Amino acid sequence: MDRTWLDNPAISSELLPALGETLAMTGWATAISIALGLPLGVWLFTTTPHSLAPNRGIHQVVSTIVDIGRSIPFIVLIVAIIPFTRLLVGTALGWKAAVVALTLSAIPFYARLVENALHEVSAGKVEAAQMMGATRSQIIRQVLIPEALPGLIGAATVTAVALVNYTAMAGAVGAGGLGDLAITYGYHRYQGDVMIVCIVLLVLVVGLIQLIGDRLARLVDHR
Amino acid sequence: MIELRDLRKEFAGVTALDGITLSVPAGEIHGIVGRSGAGKSTLIRCLTGLERPTSGTVRIGEVEITSARGAALRTARRTIGMVFQHANLLDSRTALRNVEHPLEIAGVPRSKRRARAAELLELVGLADRGGSYPAQLSGGQQQRVGIARALAAEPQILLCDEPTSALDSRTTRQILDLIRSLRDRLGITVLIITHEMSVVREVCDSVTLLADGQIENTGSIIDALSQADSPLSRALLPLPPSGRPSGTVVETLTTGISLDTALEAVRSSGADAHLDAGTVETIAGTVVGRLQFTVADAAGAQTLITSLAARDIHAEVA
Repeated sequence: MDRTWLDNPAISSELLPALGETLAMTGWATAISIALGLPLGVWLFTTTPHSLAPNRGIHQVVSTIVDIGRSIPFIVLIVAIIPFTRLLVGTALGWKAAVVALTLSAIPFYARLVENALHEVSAGKVEAAQMMGATRSQIIRQVLIPEALPGLIGAATVTAVALVNYTAMAGAVGAGGLGDLAITYGYHRYQGDVMIVCIVLLVLVVGLIQLIGDRLARLVDHR
Repeated sequence: MIELRDLRKEFAGVTALDGITLSVPAGEIHGIVGRSGAGKSTLIRCLTGLERPTSGTVRIGEVEITSARGAALRTARRTIGMVFQHANLLDSRTALRNVEHPLEIAGVPRSKRRARAAELLELVGLADRGGSYPAQLSGGQQQRVGIARALAAEPQILLCDEPTSALDSRTTRQILDLIRSLRDRLGITVLIITHEMSVVREVCDSVTLLADGQIENTGSIIDALSQADSPLSRALLPLPPSGRPSGTVVETLTTGISLDTALEAVRSSGADAHLDAGTVETIAGTVVGRLQFTVADAAGAQTLITSLAARDIHAEVA
């Protein structure tokens, strides 16, 4: 081994793009998962028996689909949905393709966390709004979501951190990212310096996400 | 203002309400008391349309709640202001925005509802706490905000579900004073559901005692009290515990007369009577008292009862 650390081209020229890919994959997948997982979680919650729109049948079906989604190992999912990914982004390679699989696995995960967070809102608050003559959508938008917001932000943080973890596996389809760099150089080519730098950066990314999440949650928490 | 007709509610074979017929006139403060499990919660849920009765009708003002659905029910609910045991304020909103909430739901423009909410906070004595979040307020202050919120949409009636059960006695008194003064100023009809007799004594004009889903007793406070031996009368004006009496025990109930008159009657009877225990209260502006005497024997007891009866005071051997 000749050139190491900053002299190592894997670090000097590939590290920053890899970091960018990890951040892009995590960012997009988190954003889309929240956008789609939140309504799904609300749907799960409101169809629960004794909730706003109880419907045992729908709840059962949605719940089963969500659980199937959560039970497929990510590495299997990413390969299994290659045709779907091609259809959506035109290719099955690269970080954009990985976002499809990442999002698909994170949506049911986040939806369940949303459902749990909404269960934490006391029934009395919902009843109070019903007594003011609120419609179902007013209750969801003005009571359930604002009251559960600290929990929803916490759930988004957990999801984002899990997604950072999954981006490493997305390297299997050529998604790039820090995890991929660590495996390709650190493992296959025995470059310990690359491995260490990647791990340190991943820890920093996760730490930063957690920090931002905690700050945001505290900002909106008036309890 | 509130009319219940033969209200019945069954849950999977269990009868929670068994033929409740009750009428509360406008401007009155009516208390509904009963042990837990008597049907109080079911009754209030039927009143608000949160629960649909098995049969019977609920009418509030001109609106029949029982047959209202969807938008009609939501509109009807705006004529009812509801106060909860635990205030049920939204933690994510300031006091002012909590009071605004019913108006926001009704689609009142922001500037208008903000002004109204500020007015209401002033009415409940919290003009300077509009910017505080519920977590920064005491239990009593939270309940004041809850009352202000209940009044925001200018309801005709105020339903209070155990409004003071989570508060200490001093705060309870302040909240009850507030409810009474609001009734006096706004002329609203108030229904208070409670298990605390002290609440009924302090603020109610009339009262209904629920037991096993049925009305055991109902009427004005003084009428209810006057039935000396009824459970409601005993609950409203209980005797403190006394030592074991040796002799015959005579109990008397006085309403609207000076206690001196009663004691004078006891003295002039010549019976050797000892006052063991007694309660005196001013309820709905009337002085009422329940006294317990011990007399040596049955003959003495009879002398005492006759002497009291001569002054129109009911007494009997307990």
